[in-house]
Amino acid sequence: MSSPQLPVVVEGAPPLSPKPLDTPQRVRRETLRLILRSPTFIIGAIVTLFWVTCAFLGYQIAPYHPIDESFGFSYESPSWNHPFGLDRVGRDIFSRVIVGARSVIEVAPAASLLGVTLGSLLGLLMGYFSGWVDNIIGRVIDAILAVPFIVFGILLLTALSGTSEGISVSSLKLVVVIGLAFMPIVARTVRSAVLVERDLDYVQAAKLRGERPPYIMLVEILPNVMGPIVVEATVRLGYAVFAVATLAFLGYGPQPPSPDWGLQIAEQYSDISLAWWAIVFPALAIASLVVAINLIADTVQQVLDQ
Amino acid sequence: MLRYVLNRVALGLVSLLLLSMMIFVAAQVLPGNPGRIVLGREATPNAVEQFNHALGVDRPLPVRYADWLSDAVRGDFGANYTDGRAVTDDLVPALQRSLFLAVYAFILCIPISILAGVIAALRRGRPTDRAITVTGLSLAVIPEFVLGAILVTLLGPAFLNWFPGIAGALIDASFVTKVDSLFMPALALALVLFGYIARMARAGTMEALDADFTRTATLKGLKQRQVMVRHVLRNGLLPTIAVISTQVGYLFGGIVAIEKLFGYPGIGFLTVTSAQIKNFPMLLACVLVIGVIYFVATLAGDLLTAALNPRVRLARQS
Repeated sequence: MSSPQLPVVVEGAPPLSPKPLDTPQRVRRETLRLILRSPTFIIGAIVTLFWVTCAFLGYQIAPYHPIDESFGFSYESPSWNHPFGLDRVGRDIFSRVIVGARSVIEVAPAASLLGVTLGSLLGLLMGYFSGWVDNIIGRVIDAILAVPFIVFGILLLTALSGTSEGISVSSLKLVVVIGLAFMPIVARTVRSAVLVERDLDYVQAAKLRGERPPYIMLVEILPNVMGPIVVEATVRLGYAVFAVATLAFLGYGPQPPSPDWGLQIAEQYSDISLAWWAIVFPALAIASLVVAINLIADTVQQVLDQ
Repeated sequence: MLRYVLNRVALGLVSLLLLSMMIFVAAQVLPGNPGRIVLGREATPNAVEQFNHALGVDRPLPVRYADWLSDAVRGDFGANYTDGRAVTDDLVPALQRSLFLAVYAFILCIPISILAGVIAALRRGRPTDRAITVTGLSLAVIPEFVLGAILVTLLGPAFLNWFPGIAGALIDASFVTKVDSLFMPALALALVLFGYIARMARAGTMEALDADFTRTATLKGLKQRQVMVRHVLRNGLLPTIAVISTQVGYLFGGIVAIEKLFGYPGIGFLTVTSAQIKNFPMLLACVLVIGVIYFVATLAGDLLTAALNPRVRLARQS
């Protein structure tokens, strides 16, 4: 008779199999599985992917060239050949909507990435040092947030085009300005997450080990506040599309004859009683992309908050 | 309470001062030489210098800022670069127009969104709740001008022709004409706010529904109607009302694109046009006024929240 084998427990050694249920890898895999299974996420992802594909392959997908004016009359109503109709100068709106995805998707992800990166760093600084650093930056953030980010964008983009003729807005300038406009709100979110972490034992332990503040902030605290940062990044991406489209509508973006969605609406809105199709299709394109990204953001937020 | 109020006002003033410094630098320093902006590239350096001297922008920056601020506090925002008229000549009527539109949007928005929020809370987790929440979330993130354009397509001259697609300045227009012409811009703004206010109303109602006092009221045999009106709604919605005022700032972001779309010359429209022609004194004034409106609204909201919360209201000064 052999006695049943008992696991040998060694003080301080890692536990033998079976592995505990909540290793970080497992939690991460489970989170990802929950996100990928959600129907709202799937719908959002499909629509977003569609527009991303249009942004990259627009010229290949579109049946006509977006600035080809050779189809005859202006404002021809939707037909078999031109499902979205023709615009004021007789360009195919279907093709223009498809190619028009590019100018938004070129700017929005980069802008939100910049905003989230800068905002996270600032939030880490504010939360970790608190005291007067937090107080001063906090007041500045309050001040910036008093101005809606579209107004902030208009002011900064106008100021930066300085003495040049008209308003010149490159994609790079848009990325920087929208990124800066998003920085304060991201910083505020990250700061409150850091405030919860900074008094926990692992931070105290790192301090006692004599680690330097940058190490503690980036290596110890940052991984533990990634949840709110990821949520913020997806939410900001939605707002970045919002901002790019609105600024383009207001004239701060691609210039004619670009097929940009916001620009198409701005150019042809006054003729809406003649040709609703010239307005409504670019409008639906913007709406679908923004809502799709926010469906993704909403799922990510719900799963990570659980 | 007094201490809280004073503290809150002081913090607001500090932020407002910081804001004024930042936008002054953005509008007066970043663009470079105003003489060059106004007179163009061909102007002689001499003419540019003379222009700048007349404007006083050749003085040191702190002096200029102090000068501008002391005027601005008294309601004088200087003169346009373009035609030399006082900035306030156009700013004041524009502000009145925007406030009319903003109030209109809130009147359209508040009853519907509170009702939707309460219904969602009562149907928690069911399809009705999910539908209201997802609709609200989606409407809140679609740019205002896109919602406006879609609304005009449906209700405007293209199909139903119920409301005009362009508002215009509406000078000397009767109240009825104003309400009619501004219905669609106000509705577009209201739809954007809908999601947020409905969510607050839903959360407040749910909290009140789960509270002990609601259970007590039900168990002591009050009619369901009485429980809802006197216990749930009263406690659930008061905080929502206070929170609404913080949405004023958000509304003024949306007003920019909406006024541009509908050609309604309010403060948002003025912001865009003065930026396009680089009339920096006007742009500066518009941004500052929008900031002040935000501060006043947020302050009002915070004070109202505090006044409704006995723990803050009754706190003794120690």
